[in-house]
Amino acid sequence: MSVSEQAAPVAATAGPGTHPDHVPHDATAPAHHTNTGLSNEKLGMWLFLGSECLLFGGLISAFLLYRTKDVEGMAGPAVADLYDIPFTSVSSFVLLMSSLTMVLALSAIQRADHRRARTWLLTTAMLGASFVAGQVYEFTAFVREGLGYTTNLQSSAFYTLTGFHGVHVTIGILMLVSLFVMSLRGRLGAEKAETVEIIGLYWHFVDIVWIIIFTLIYLVPA
Amino acid sequence: MSDDTMAEAAAEEYQAQTEHEGHDHPSERSYVVIAIVLALLTALEVATFYVEEQLGGLLVPSLMVMMVVKFFLVVAWFMHLRFDGRLFTRVFVSGLVLAVGVYAVALTTFRFW
Repeated sequence: MSVSEQAAPVAATAGPGTHPDHVPHDATAPAHHTNTGLSNEKLGMWLFLGSECLLFGGLISAFLLYRTKDVEGMAGPAVADLYDIPFTSVSSFVLLMSSLTMVLALSAIQRADHRRARTWLLTTAMLGASFVAGQVYEFTAFVREGLGYTTNLQSSAFYTLTGFHGVHVTIGILMLVSLFVMSLRGRLGAEKAETVEIIGLYWHFVDIVWIIIFTLIYLVPA
Repeated sequence: MSDDTMAEAAAEEYQAQTEHEGHDHPSERSYVVIAIVLALLTALEVATFYVEEQLGGLLVPSLMVMMVVKFFLVVAWFMHLRFDGRLFTRVFVSGLVLAVGVYAVALTTFRFW
């Protein structure tokens, strides 16, 4: 049996008095060999996510401004008139649950339970793909209703914002599929758990951006 | 060294490294509980869409509160900021605060409020 197929039940080493809700660690083990004692790769991802706040902040602000601007003389329908809230709610729920499957994949890889990790990684990718498919359906429905990318200011802002988010989800799916393939080939051992964690950070960020978009763009009335 | 031992050693090394970053990952049960709370909050958010008129002035504040709680739960638990090194929190919160500040000023400039 290959290394990647082994299940090392690290969590099972918990001693008496350990909090049942947490996986224990060996406090005497070495830290990362960096100036901060933290993982540089993980720090880099957090820096990237911090900068992404500015990107999405700009796109959300632009939409908020344009959805109330010059509505009277605006060409085409208003974006808010075309929302299908029940449908978008299901999409939001799907993306939210993909965050759960992502942490379950990380939890499995940390225990070196590779079969379960692959299952959760694939589930996460499929949930993400369902979300993107929903977005494509929504865009198609909007275009059929006469709301193209250049129809008016708010449609441009809407498609740019949600399109950028969709591209982020798609990139996340590609990374998840890569992890899945690496695992299949036995190249995602327990020592690569941090790689899964870093990609998980990106995935959860995409989820929290949607939490904000769903509330501010879809649910809060103009 | 056997494959079994190598896999176990690799998993333990990763656990040890994460310990030094200050985090203590939650159990799978905790993740499921958080996911249920997130699902309930989403259901509540969607419910506000159907009782907009009844909620009146409470609609926007209640949506904001639920959005912030969901955001916090995902960041703190699923992204492990609650358990991770403080530097990660500082880096992310700096970007977030900068974004909120910059765009709050920008929206105010355009008389959005």
